[in-house]
Amino acid sequence: MANIGLYIELKDGGFKKSNRELLTLARKGGHRVHAVLFCQDVKPYLPELKGIQTVIQVKGADLSYQPDRYARTLAAVIEEFKLDVFCGIYSAQGKDLFPRLAAKARAGLVNDCLSVDLGTRKAVKPVYSGKLLAEYQVEGGKAIFTVRPNVIVVEPLPAGDDPDVKGAAMDGSEPLTRIVDIIKSGSSKVDLTEADIIVSGGRAMKAKENFAVLEDLARVLHAGVGASRAAVDAGFATSDMQVGQTGKVVNPKLYIACGISGAIQHFVGMKTSKVIVAINKDPEAPIFKKADYGIVGDLFAVVPLLKQEMQKMLG
Amino acid sequence: MNIYVCIKQVPDTEATILVKDGRSINEANVKWIVSPYDEYAIEEALKLKEKVPGSTVTAMCLGPERVHSALRTALAMGADTAVHVECTASLDPSNTARALAHVIRADKDFGIIFLGKQAIDDDAHQLHIRLADELGVPVATNVLAFALDGGKVRVEREIDEGAREVIEMAIPCAVAAAKGLNTPRYASMMGIMKAKKIEIKKITLAETGVEEARNQVRLLKLSAPAEKPQGRTIPGEPAAAVQELVRLLREEAKVL
Repeated sequence: MANIGLYIELKDGGFKKSNRELLTLARKGGHRVHAVLFCQDVKPYLPELKGIQTVIQVKGADLSYQPDRYARTLAAVIEEFKLDVFCGIYSAQGKDLFPRLAAKARAGLVNDCLSVDLGTRKAVKPVYSGKLLAEYQVEGGKAIFTVRPNVIVVEPLPAGDDPDVKGAAMDGSEPLTRIVDIIKSGSSKVDLTEADIIVSGGRAMKAKENFAVLEDLARVLHAGVGASRAAVDAGFATSDMQVGQTGKVVNPKLYIACGISGAIQHFVGMKTSKVIVAINKDPEAPIFKKADYGIVGDLFAVVPLLKQEMQKMLG
Repeated sequence: MNIYVCIKQVPDTEATILVKDGRSINEANVKWIVSPYDEYAIEEALKLKEKVPGSTVTAMCLGPERVHSALRTALAMGADTAVHVECTASLDPSNTARALAHVIRADKDFGIIFLGKQAIDDDAHQLHIRLADELGVPVATNVLAFALDGGKVRVEREIDEGAREVIEMAIPCAVAAAKGLNTPRYASMMGIMKAKKIEIKKITLAETGVEEARNQVRLLKLSAPAEKPQGRTIPGEPAAAVQELVRLLREEAKVL
């Protein structure tokens, strides 16, 4: 039985849904689980935190994300509560925070895990763009694992009492790396790495304006909109939309690839999607070999029909 | 300014990767390249050198003999010198950071260290931060815009949904590049010729004081993931095919 720590990521005060995956992972195996939240009021989050032993609320006048302060605070929490293994989400913030924490806590870190055994400190993650899986073990000292979103199947919360709430102080030292401003993207886009459904467009979109066709379908499905490298390089889509080798790795339940040929660079970014649908004019496009379902046809004819049909079904 | 760029040599993205003995890959027929994010790091280092008179760019790479070709690429693009940390062992990220930090620390005037945000082989995604921590300097990751602002560095990094954080750091510091930071230049014929004449400085792993035995993270096993069975194409006119697709997604795949 180990002492497990979880970093519960809150985004603008909201409870990120991948936290439920972390909690599902940690509740198994009879470990003592401590969830760490940086917040002024922990009450709204307690219903999500049943079935674990302790909540550690980090308090302070300024809880805004400064990576050095967060890393030092968590390193102190790990020390104080004698946590052996610490886990978080492999999110945009997690990618920044956990290497810093690992360095401060002198911990071994394995990122982007598909599965973690908290007792033996072994984890499996994709390597070589998902062409292989690697199993790692953190041997000496503390262990930190980050988990890829949308991989662990969330289990229902157990009944029972709320966990004990303990406090920890926010580090107040001067950060070396200082965030001085945040530039919002302007639109309220769905986070692709956490999206359940993604509609993606490739070179065949032909123009930036044509992405409206995909956005219409995405709105009906509450989906995120992605793009292939070809579409981004042609200026049809912005780089934050790119799925693939040099873009985002996504893992939705449903991935709808529209006018995407299916080059390896793109495939490695979406191959773990549970169901892949391909819509492409070219019956020889490699994407059809990788898709669960394919429709050979012009996306500009097929996608609007798909939108209509989905609308009918979803009421 | 003494500018450093740390690069890694990785198999080409198109390469077929096969497991050799459960713990390593079969390197026969693998074409080796500079990890794509590291190319953005090299380019940004060269751009900075062009802006700050009297600067030099030193490219560094840890690995076996074959990494010379990666260092030659950096030299051909315009780096002034190259350091090869000779290592046939498999180091974990904190050990790699210690070895590279040992070399950089020997230069008391090191300025900015550029790296890629991750290497596309093991995607460990932590070396930049561990290296900065070893050196006691600030670090920004996933950087899309870089500028010198007085005596400071100002960068923008992508966070969720296309939003950006603006970060300020004192120099020395480390900057980890993302796609979109710049467009890496191609080496010119003259650059390639010039690079051939530059001697690559070699440092043994023993000289850095780092040992594989001190690895905290150990690779136990490499394996090929299970292949998905091939899917099917839904025949028929678009309207009928779409109806059938929605039915299959709901009733068979159960994703709606």
